[in-house]
Amino acid sequence: MQIPLVDYLVLGDEPHLQANECANCGARFFGRRNACAHCGHREFNSVRVSDTGTLRTFSIVYRAAPTIPTPYVSAIVLTDDGTSVRSNLINIEPDPAKITLGMKVKLDTYVVGTDDDGLEAVAFGYAPV
Amino acid sequence: MAQDIWVLGTHMTAFGRYSDQDAVDLAAAAALGALDDGGVTISDMDLLACGTLFQANAGMGQQVQKQIGQTGIPVYNVSNACATGATALRTVIMAIRAGEADLGLAIGVEQMGKMGLLAGGARKEKNVYEPSGRYGAVMPIDGILGTDTMPGVFAQAGMEYANDNDGVGFEQFAKVAQKNHAHSTLNPLAQYQKEFTLEEVMGSPMQSYPNTLLMCCPTGDGAAACVLVGEERFASLSREQQSRAVKISASVLTTDPYVESGAMQPDVNTLTRNAATAAYEQAGVGPQDLSLVELHDCFATAELIHYDNLGLCEPGGAGDFIDRGAPWRDGDTPVNVSGGLISKGHPIGATGVANVYEVATHLRGEAGDRQIEGANVGLAHVIGLGSSCGVHILEKSGI
Repeated sequence: MQIPLVDYLVLGDEPHLQANECANCGARFFGRRNACAHCGHREFNSVRVSDTGTLRTFSIVYRAAPTIPTPYVSAIVLTDDGTSVRSNLINIEPDPAKITLGMKVKLDTYVVGTDDDGLEAVAFGYAPV
Repeated sequence: MAQDIWVLGTHMTAFGRYSDQDAVDLAAAAALGALDDGGVTISDMDLLACGTLFQANAGMGQQVQKQIGQTGIPVYNVSNACATGATALRTVIMAIRAGEADLGLAIGVEQMGKMGLLAGGARKEKNVYEPSGRYGAVMPIDGILGTDTMPGVFAQAGMEYANDNDGVGFEQFAKVAQKNHAHSTLNPLAQYQKEFTLEEVMGSPMQSYPNTLLMCCPTGDGAAACVLVGEERFASLSREQQSRAVKISASVLTTDPYVESGAMQPDVNTLTRNAATAAYEQAGVGPQDLSLVELHDCFATAELIHYDNLGLCEPGGAGDFIDRGAPWRDGDTPVNVSGGLISKGHPIGATGVANVYEVATHLRGEAGDRQIEGANVGLAHVIGLGSSCGVHILEKSGI
């Protein structure tokens, strides 16, 4: 059995991110909103976010809380349908020479932990295309 | 038109780590110093605003009153992340402008000790995964879905600027820290007063690329205070008080307006640009008129992007601005001649008041070895992530 790390990650045959999109202005949000932070409209539609995008910015994190493995690459990805997503870059060396701003990336998932009942938590990251 | 407000007295403690004094002691020392500096007493104050972040629920202002005088005046304890000190100042300014006070005292204080990384919690593996919180997370996401740590968040802000503009990279960010460490050697109030070569800055332990250890501000302790006076009361002060006073020609606080990426990566640019635009308009000056700037260099990556946000350089030209030495103390626009947060230190609640102290001290011509000669207009900027931005523009008295 598997469970997504966060509720905006949808598992299944085609794992993807799901956003709440303002029915008026199209602004997208992960997580619930009472009204749109952009226009104040109160109706949202659930939409699938594009799996592919480009690397907007990153940092290679060496210093973190003791239980967090380092170094890792934190990134903001701009998806091809214009949604910013924060996650780690995966399947890439944490080396500034190997990471290029604007590079093409694609969503991928992996098991990040297993609980005492054998339930697997599935996280997402972005890998170079 | 609202009445003009003046800084009548100001003081700051040295920033550092105090094992023998607590936050109340530091705040009281800053408060008494500012009162003495302005030639007034606590009995003259009509209100007190006290800013602190990590002891926000401690009634810090009332505790300070117990140390320096319980006169029964209203106290506003304020907390607004790294903009806490600027918010304390603005609380007093608004009260004077509203006609509820003639004279007020603004204090900012923080005692952090060696606090280490702020934000970015430890990951505790749950034995049973159950979705919780706003995002239905089954475990803390820091380090899995990007970083919550401050060096990383501000690294990303800098790298985003590098993505959008040519001529910006690791070396340009490192040069910012090289400059601020060098400046701090002239400031006896700075937490660190040590110069480093560019190679030493770039070679110090990497925290979050491109921010190395020497490109990150330390945690620490300290306090700063300002006595503010409205122009009606100002007119009745002595000539000496009037000539040492510094005019607040702009005071602005903004928050971050919606941008598409803001929920994923805090936007520290738009609110700074909005605050700067409003402040320049209020003061009737432009960036080219500034004798010095104290801006929020929590990390070297942050200072570089604020050159552009505050209009100190051409749009997109922050890399060139640092490359040609423009923000050094002998450059076009001296930035962070105090040493900045990177070397002067960043006791969070104190920072937004200490920046005003620094600018005011130069405008008075009393900054000693680090004096910027002929300083007549200066700007103080802070950012609190979440976000808030405070900008104050100060002018020499001219009396």
